Amino acid sequence: MKIAVLSGKGGTGKTLVSVNLAAAAKEAVYIDCDVEEPNGYLFFKPEKIESEKVSIKLPYVDEKRCTGCHKCVDFCKFNALTYIGTKLYVFDEVCHSCGGCVLLCPEKALSERDKVIGEVQKGVSENVTVITGILNTGEASGIQIIKKLLDDKNEGKNLTFIDCPPGSACIVMESIKDADYCILVAEPSLFGVHNLAMVYDLIKLFKKPHGVVLNKCLNGENPSEKFCLEKGINILGKLPFDNELGTLNSNALISVRESEKYRDVFSSLLQTVTKEVQYETAINS
Amino acid sequence: MKIAMPVDDKIMESSVCITFGRTPYFLIYDTETKESVFIDNSAAASQGGAGIKAAQTVVDNQVGALLTPRCGENAAKVINAANVKIYKTINDSIKDNIAAFEEGKLLLLDEIHAGFHRHEGA
Repeated sequence: MKIAVLSGKGGTGKTLVSVNLAAAAKEAVYIDCDVEEPNGYLFFKPEKIESEKVSIKLPYVDEKRCTGCHKCVDFCKFNALTYIGTKLYVFDEVCHSCGGCVLLCPEKALSERDKVIGEVQKGVSENVTVITGILNTGEASGIQIIKKLLDDKNEGKNLTFIDCPPGSACIVMESIKDADYCILVAEPSLFGVHNLAMVYDLIKLFKKPHGVVLNKCLNGENPSEKFCLEKGINILGKLPFDNELGTLNSNALISVRESEKYRDVFSSLLQTVTKEVQYETAINS
Repeated sequence: MKIAMPVDDKIMESSVCITFGRTPYFLIYDTETKESVFIDNSAAASQGGAGIKAAQTVVDNQVGALLTPRCGENAAKVINAANVKIYKTINDSIKDNIAAFEEGKLLLLDEIHAGFHRHEGA
């Protein structure tokens, strides 16, 4: 089963939750889809790393063959092509690699070329297979890397945790598309509840079974908890705003592997999540 | 010489449009015949690359100059590739800007912004 962990903004605790849940499992796969700034590997420090480059297809013009018919220019929905004077120009960063222009060109003046945009690294950290997506700086979109990361052959036998990018844009949609369950991580502030509402709308749109983990909980009012109660969203667990957890985390240590207290906290959270997923999968099948 | 300007409506009394790529219309004005033609900007509703497509429209109309309050990076590449000069408009009045252009009072647009591209990650 694939469990995606997401939140409306960065720094909420997606990596904390997904890394520790994976570490608490007997055997799990952890996939870092936050390709612009992956950080799960900093905790896992995986070994035996194998990397594979990820590239996208971009159109390449043979100027001798191009007659300037404009067919490709008119076809491209994203306007990645333009014909000026006697020359066809391609805007790489606007192109969505659909390949339509290449298929359509009556003169066969367009062909595809590969452009490396990043890589996927696979390694092992004790009980966890760690898969990290890395988008090269300056590249516009990490979608192709996410597609590679979520390739079925990377999926774990039992549990796969998908650490999503922050927000609710295309790249997050791509990350949760095939997930069986979504864990939303939320902070106890008004800003936090605003971001929670954003991802909540997204997973409702995708009709994903879901639950919330309330992170950084303090005594007193928790607007995110209030939101969950109002909407009838299942609260899977609460993590305290705690010095020990914060210190372990900021030293890039996995709390489950360092502290008995947190091994218990995350093991019980994992149990709750697993039960939920099994229940949801049962009623949906 | 023909000049192009992004405009809000298809009349001379309308105003210069604040955006180039997603302007609803372009005015193509001929400084010799004083003739004005308004054309739809088919790029206005584009999913992406509106500036590129709008620039293609401007270039395809064989203009010698573009008068605009601002212009994105990609659009500027297309306009420059066609050797069309980009001038900065002085206010939102179409007539004022045509007059200023004819008197040689308009300055070249030197601030090309990085665009408001709706990248997928954003």
